[in-house]
Amino acid sequence: MEVLQLLVGGIASGCIYGLVALGFVLIYKASEGVNFAQGDMMMLGAFIALGFANTDQMGLPFGLAVLLAMATMFVIGYGIERTVVRQIFGQPQFALVILTIALGFVLRFVAGSIWGYTPLVLETPLAGRNLQFAGIVVSLSDIVTIIATLALTLLLWLFFAFSRLGLAAKASSQNQMAAYIVGIPVKRVHSLIWGLSGAVATVAGVLYASKGTIDPNIGLLGIKAFAAAVIGGMGSLPGALMGGILIGVVEPFASRYLPGEIGLMSPYIIMLFVLTTRPGGLFSQVRMKKV
Amino acid sequence: MSMLYLRNIETYYGAIMALRGVSLDVDEGEIVTILGANGAGKTTLMKTVAGLMQPEKGEINFLGDQIGGAEPDVVVRKGLSLVPEGREIFPNLTVEENLRIGAFTRKGGVRDDLDLVYSYFPVLRERRRQEAGFLSGGQQQMLAIGRGLMARPKLMLLDEPSLGLSPLLTEEIFDIISRLNAEQGVTMLLVEQNAHIALLTAHKGYVLEMGRVVMAGSAEMLRNSEDIQDFYLGRSENTQRGQQRWKRRKTWR
Repeated sequence: MEVLQLLVGGIASGCIYGLVALGFVLIYKASEGVNFAQGDMMMLGAFIALGFANTDQMGLPFGLAVLLAMATMFVIGYGIERTVVRQIFGQPQFALVILTIALGFVLRFVAGSIWGYTPLVLETPLAGRNLQFAGIVVSLSDIVTIIATLALTLLLWLFFAFSRLGLAAKASSQNQMAAYIVGIPVKRVHSLIWGLSGAVATVAGVLYASKGTIDPNIGLLGIKAFAAAVIGGMGSLPGALMGGILIGVVEPFASRYLPGEIGLMSPYIIMLFVLTTRPGGLFSQVRMKKV
Repeated sequence: MSMLYLRNIETYYGAIMALRGVSLDVDEGEIVTILGANGAGKTTLMKTVAGLMQPEKGEINFLGDQIGGAEPDVVVRKGLSLVPEGREIFPNLTVEENLRIGAFTRKGGVRDDLDLVYSYFPVLRERRRQEAGFLSGGQQQMLAIGRGLMARPKLMLLDEPSLGLSPLLTEEIFDIISRLNAEQGVTMLLVEQNAHIALLTAHKGYVLEMGRVVMAGSAEMLRNSEDIQDFYLGRSENTQRGQQRWKRRKTWR
């Protein structure tokens, strides 16, 4: 029973890691760069949803508030790419890493100065409702988290596999010059993808908030999600999700059955293990790029 | 009026002047070739016309519109597509996805254009589900030309289509270039190291050296020119010693 209980909880929190990891993969797929502010975008998305939804703030209906927050974060993500990230277009990858780490700090302070540093609770219709299945207790928010994550991953996968814009995004990551040559407005595609990853981050943030409190530092979860994306092979959407779930499941088991701090370290232990044995990640499209 | 004309184009790589005032004309329906050694500025010229590089000075006019300094996607939409040097396909997309993305700038009629491309390059149809990175060099070149065609260009810029191909494949590619010109009415601007085959295919040619046009004329006139024969076609004269006794100087300097 205990095992099952831990498993369900682990999968649900793994889904949140997975969702943030999806944001990493989105941007990586489009521009071969890593956005280390992804966790902080999740945090900001959660706070914006809180701003729309909570009764002491704007008090909109929950569903509407989430949609509005996603739209707002789309605009913010788009705007960040358009105004800041584009300035270092064509610079080495490392520039983007530093830039996004700094950006993460900025977002943290912005959220802190608007909503303060004391933990807040997002009022959701999901809170506190539990379901009983054969002796285990599953919270409604866990179930919604799992379903929402699966649906979103499927949607994003369809987007990259079949849509014109998704194809263009993949193409511009594989060969930027050729993307220009065939007439893809590469920079605009990047902006749209940043917007998209802002919206995905918002969903992750709202689901995270439905399980507890939020404060401006929850963005640090992005590091774990980054580990998930690396485990999954960085370029693969289902891989990112699986990596997230793997971490999410191992964590509670490790802290329950193993001594001390190993539970906290487990995501990184898994990442190291995967990187040394399968450097491309578990679900990478196994092939080197041809020059 | 010419379909495409360049007047006094100057393009820089940083402080290095790669094009020093190039002017040329391409008329509708023609195949025009640009000859020149390595580093003469041929590829720079192509990139400047396609919008990948910005000219510092000068005028580029395509179908009556100024396109100097325009973004590449604007240029493609106007009906000018570049087949770049070294093919530059999308290695992890399938052959068909590569072709489809060639039609990114427009909607509709993609199916017909795919069939057209496949009719010229049947081998691409056979491999349409494969990832393009696994194609051979010649097939990748066909794919690059096919991708350029998918944009339904009025003018195609071909940058060294024979690069790294066997003589036989080179002939095949140039044969298809001629056919596309004759059957589909696509005007071609062709950069080529292989001066022999380029001058047999083209109607008109320019010779580029050190970023300047040093010679221009009909393909036939260029073929018969002593300078071209010596420096680009590699004429072997039968002298008594079986080799040239002195280094000939180019007469255009």
